[in-house]
Amino acid sequence: MKIKKSFPDKSGHFGSFGGCYAPETLMGLLIDLDKEFQKIKKDRTFKKEFEFYLKEYAGRPTNLYLARRLSSHLKTLKVYLKREDLLHTGAHKINNTLGQILIARRLGKTRIIAETGAGQHGVATATVAALFGLPCVIYMGSEDIRRQSLNVFRMKLMGAQVIPVQSGSKTLKDAMNEAVRDWVTNVRDTFYIIGSVAGFHPYPVMVRTFQSVIGQEARRQFLAKEGRLPDYLVACVGGGSNAMGLFHPFYHERQVKMIGVEAAGHGLSSGEHSAAIAKGKVGVLHGSKSLLLQNKDGQVQIAHSVAAGLDYPGVGPEHAYYHLIGRAQYVSVDDQQAMGGLKLLARTEGIIPALETAHAIAYLEKLARLVGANRRFARTPKTVIVCLSGRGDKDMNQISQLI
Amino acid sequence: MNNRISQTFDNLRLQKKKAFIAFITAGHPSLKATYNLVLALEQAGVDIIELGVPFSDPMAEGVTIQASSQWAIKQGASLQKVLNLVKHLRERTQIPIALMTYYNIVFNYADEKFVKDAVACGVDGVIIPDLPPAEAGLLRKAARTADFATVFFIAPTTALARIKPIADASSGFIYYISLTGVTGARRSLPPTIIPDIKRIKRVTNKPICVGFGISTPQQVAAINRFADGVIVGSAIVKEIQKYAHSKNLVAKVTAFVRRLISF
Repeated sequence: MKIKKSFPDKSGHFGSFGGCYAPETLMGLLIDLDKEFQKIKKDRTFKKEFEFYLKEYAGRPTNLYLARRLSSHLKTLKVYLKREDLLHTGAHKINNTLGQILIARRLGKTRIIAETGAGQHGVATATVAALFGLPCVIYMGSEDIRRQSLNVFRMKLMGAQVIPVQSGSKTLKDAMNEAVRDWVTNVRDTFYIIGSVAGFHPYPVMVRTFQSVIGQEARRQFLAKEGRLPDYLVACVGGGSNAMGLFHPFYHERQVKMIGVEAAGHGLSSGEHSAAIAKGKVGVLHGSKSLLLQNKDGQVQIAHSVAAGLDYPGVGPEHAYYHLIGRAQYVSVDDQQAMGGLKLLARTEGIIPALETAHAIAYLEKLARLVGANRRFARTPKTVIVCLSGRGDKDMNQISQLI
Repeated sequence: MNNRISQTFDNLRLQKKKAFIAFITAGHPSLKATYNLVLALEQAGVDIIELGVPFSDPMAEGVTIQASSQWAIKQGASLQKVLNLVKHLRERTQIPIALMTYYNIVFNYADEKFVKDAVACGVDGVIIPDLPPAEAGLLRKAARTADFATVFFIAPTTALARIKPIADASSGFIYYISLTGVTGARRSLPPTIIPDIKRIKRVTNKPICVGFGISTPQQVAAINRFADGVIVGSAIVKEIQKYAHSKNLVAKVTAFVRRLISF
């Protein structure tokens, strides 16, 4: 069965999620941005320019690699890794920052700001800002600066100014608050490159569009190798940009099951996790309505994950929508299991994933058991594409302390 | 029954006076202090109280109101408790009170229930910086039938074509944001305020009040020559913070506000 209707609607709603809950100061720019975004979707010059940088600068297409030793370890799964970790800067984030900086230039903006959690989006933004010679300010929670000092150094090397954010939980959500405050102050000359499929309309759909290159390539590559579509797509979900990038091009193919892996931190019952879909309520934060970790009074709760890039109390509105209609399934993996996933991939394939990505790898063991338990499928392994969203280099300091 | 905010503006217009709107964060430094401050501010000549219901992630606020919000949350100031506070205040005062908060607080309470309970407790309206009219359908519908004011914003970056729909959606008054930025005291204000107010006046008769950055008696007087009122927040909250632990809190804050109004 095919779902014909496409989302979001004109004002950015995915069913009851999404929308544009923005301060009035930003509304004019957001309306202009949406107009420009509608224009570039049909603009062949933009498409060519974007594809040029993706190919020549970022290193696309990325490989779809059959992980043989991991697959034989898992027994019931045949796992393909979509190697976004091989991109310039080491994660999928560069796909989106390239797209957005091209739009920023078209809008005549001369200054770039961004928020970052793990630092991957900050690095990818600092990178494209350097590439196009624009000044760049990155907001980063002071707790994340401690966890990701290597990425802070990388951003500074490329000329970005990294501003530590001391408010609230000193992590991603607070960095985003501070970036928005900068933006309302400097909206006339500044472009805010948001790193996930979250925020004010049109950001969720715009980021999805730029990240969809992951799923489009994977789809083509998988068809060429296997002559059919995969049984499962698996990706980690914080805000959810790598997952949406992989999932969205398969949206209409109902036989392809999608699994988003949230961070269970110290465990879902501990209260210290980032599982907005598993444990959140509908709420509004940073410009869109989605599922949100909050207390009974509507105060946003502090998220926790060993992976700084998943440490966000909300989730992109389109994921909340996929969850609501049952198009994707959302599961969670705790800190310890994620470390297990990291070691598993390192030992079986010689690939060290980012701590964020390790959550997706860790879930494969459970998925393999579930598939194995169903005897009918026991003989032929199920095929899986995992989005290997980023590499683990940035996490070496933190991992060496954890092991 | 007429809305207290609209009544106040009608009276002020007849007397050719301008509104002074004071913002304070409920629960900063305590809910009891807020109760006393509201009563004292009325005595000091404040026309309308804008009472902040604290939110964990106030993205339009500068450092002063961020800090007061965090303080108030630690004091346990929830929407429910602020509604109760207004209910108690209504035994002593009829000063118009509008709540200022972020949409998640209202959404979490449920829009219709919020309007119903707010009206029952004697609240006159609501101001939500992250809720543009296009997303406020439910709230506006509930507010219209209850004669509850919904104040929307116009910014220096608002395009001409948006001004009329925002003005039409607003009731009580229209909140003009003096500058591109967050709340917080500024030494000088942009010259665009006056032509912008004139532009808005061309499409609406509703009162226009100016907020963000205003902190001195001179600024209040200058803006009031063109607008229907001013909103002072951070400057007052800063004063509250300064005397948060002092026995003279109420006296000090009212003295400060008197100076702002007197010019």
